[in-house]
Amino acid sequence: MNFLRPVLLSGLLLLLFGFAFPGLIWAFAQLTPERAAGSPVVAQGRVVGFRYIGQKFTRARYFQGRPSAVDYNAAATGASNLSPTNPAFLAVAKARLDTFLLQNPGVTRAQVPAELLTASGSGLDPDLSPAGALVQVARVARARGLAPARVAALVQAQTAGPWLGFVGPAHVGVLQLNLALDALPAGR
Amino acid sequence: MLNTLNVGLLFGLSAALALPVGRYMARVYGGEATWLDPVLAPLENALYRLTGLKPTRAMTWRQYVGALLGINLVWLVWAVGILLVQNRLPFWNPDHIPAMELTQALHTAVSFLTSTNAQHYSGETGASYFAQMAVLTFLQFVSAGTSLAAGIAVVRALGGTDTAGHVGNFYQDLVRSCVRILLPVCLVFSVLFELGGVPMTFAGAAHHPTLEGTAATVARGPVAAMMSIKELGSNGGGFFGPNDAHPFENPTFFTFAVHHVAVMLLPMAFVVMLGYYLRRRRFAAILFAVMTAGLLLLAAPAVWVELRGNPALTALGLAEAPGGNQLEGKEVRFGVYHTAAYAGINMAIPAGTIAGAQDSFAPLTGVPFMLLMQIDAFFGGVGTGFLNMFIYIVITAFIASLMVGRSPELLGKKVEAREMQAATLVAVAQPVVVLACTGLAAWLWATTPHAADALKWLSNPGAHGFSTMLYEFISAASGNGSGFGGLGSNNPFWNLTPCLAMLSGRFVPIVGALIIAAGLLAKNPTPPSLGGIRLESATFAVLLLVVIGVLGALLFFPALTLGPLAEYFGGR
Repeated sequence: MNFLRPVLLSGLLLLLFGFAFPGLIWAFAQLTPERAAGSPVVAQGRVVGFRYIGQKFTRARYFQGRPSAVDYNAAATGASNLSPTNPAFLAVAKARLDTFLLQNPGVTRAQVPAELLTASGSGLDPDLSPAGALVQVARVARARGLAPARVAALVQAQTAGPWLGFVGPAHVGVLQLNLALDALPAGR
Repeated sequence: MLNTLNVGLLFGLSAALALPVGRYMARVYGGEATWLDPVLAPLENALYRLTGLKPTRAMTWRQYVGALLGINLVWLVWAVGILLVQNRLPFWNPDHIPAMELTQALHTAVSFLTSTNAQHYSGETGASYFAQMAVLTFLQFVSAGTSLAAGIAVVRALGGTDTAGHVGNFYQDLVRSCVRILLPVCLVFSVLFELGGVPMTFAGAAHHPTLEGTAATVARGPVAAMMSIKELGSNGGGFFGPNDAHPFENPTFFTFAVHHVAVMLLPMAFVVMLGYYLRRRRFAAILFAVMTAGLLLLAAPAVWVELRGNPALTALGLAEAPGGNQLEGKEVRFGVYHTAAYAGINMAIPAGTIAGAQDSFAPLTGVPFMLLMQIDAFFGGVGTGFLNMFIYIVITAFIASLMVGRSPELLGKKVEAREMQAATLVAVAQPVVVLACTGLAAWLWATTPHAADALKWLSNPGAHGFSTMLYEFISAASGNGSGFGGLGSNNPFWNLTPCLAMLSGRFVPIVGALIIAAGLLAKNPTPPSLGGIRLESATFAVLLLVVIGVLGALLFFPALTLGPLAEYFGGR
């Protein structure tokens, strides 16, 4: 069998689809305002994160995102891959619940949404549901000396409704919410 | 209700787009003029001129298969070679990613060659930018082109009159599929992904302090180029480990909708194309209906099961969540319903790009999901889904004819022993390979002392562990490529045995379908017999669904009993 022509064809297809195609897509990106660089978020003149990439928050004065199986390591992402019947998963979920109740006194078990006990698919989930943010309002308000109503209003303001008004769940970006929180004028 | 409406709308949008795209594909394969000719015709002709290939030279099925396998071998050698030396190439490796180990490189190359795209590496740490483009994206294009070529060759043979048995020219089919179909569609979708926030940059990982002041490293790369072909070519290999759950592959619900449409578009368009190409639009409509019904019958229960939630979480004292509490391994911006529905679509169509962790889905979803993958014909992969459906059609036509006591025929040609032997072989080969490999894996696991520590294969115990291994082989054989992340898969056993399933699952149906179609092509048409069951009838459609169901259930029910069903009943 003559391999020369198929090899030649493969080489040309490689140039076309391995290089020219990505090159074209890259060139188009340079024409867009964000240049497809991952949507960095800039605060006080420096990059503090990326709009769609969740980051780790541990302090009481910030809203905390969902648990992450990779501890929000955006260079090695992943999920827990634990099955819903795995005793290890149930033990972790229970421990997360206990910790959350301890850090948020006054919150009852029935108020805690499941997203705060479960690790996300990417380990980088940037969002909370409105309920997942609102249940943390009392803690954040106390840590910052703000009126809870002001913080709750901020959560409402930062909540993005479903896409086109009716597709998919409402959600609130944790990084954006925390940046808005830092920008709130002091005082109750 | 609203969620169901949304999924229905996305399905409808895909079907609506599949009409013009399918019509365009029929014109391309028919050699008719299209509105993209001014740009794409010179490109296509340049490829023939530069290589000296003669696109008009008609091939018999043997020559066609020979050309197909030969060029696939070239790609395999290229892919393994680059993956082994990716660290030594002086460019496009800003994050200094090391070379792949031999069995992993082999697994990755076979996986992308067969359009499976199972990944035993994590993109952000396992493949350089050069490899992502020159090996992975490249293979995604040409493997999808191969699928389309095999598909159109079978369609052409079914409608042809060349009794000498020529099915077309493989190189022409490949080039046309890649240049005239995949290239323009992928350009459009990649641009949509970029506009939706998917990165396309050659800058390496970003380093920045977080808001709390700790250091963070964010992997990125030329992602948008890969997103379109991975979905449109039914490939599925993502840039990052978590695939469509990763915010850089799928940042918003807008991009999620684009992914939805991209997965469904070409498998749907292929059916439309077949209707126009064969001038049998009623046949295409019946196929479309059967595929839609099969997809719904299996995917809908999976969504329902997933929404019922995990009772163990409610037992901790949590309130009942209307949107479901099965959020382990899922993202808030998509929610339980849409993640499950999208998973169902990705089982039927073997892109296998799940927007969540397959391992953490409710145990019972494993039954419909594995059946959908195994059947691989409810739309199925671009090009290859039709090949699988064609095998089921041959078997159904045979059974239907016997039921009414006629000699079996299909589209005016007699179905005889040779065709039935090939069809049966294809229908049985994949289950045999899958079950034998799973059996071997389970035996090794059960007989190795302290297997959990010695082998480190399974992170979940018991029946779920069995499901993990069964799923890996079904996924490999059906070219799906999704997997239970809880499988410790990067070791020689799990890199090598699935290669067998991937290669047989890929090339056995292609060769088998071509043999049958070429066999039918070479026969003289027989006048339609009175009282036979017509292909283009509701009776045949129902019978086809039943045959698919019986074959799938009979072959896999015992294994599914040991996996997902045992986990479900054991967990109650």
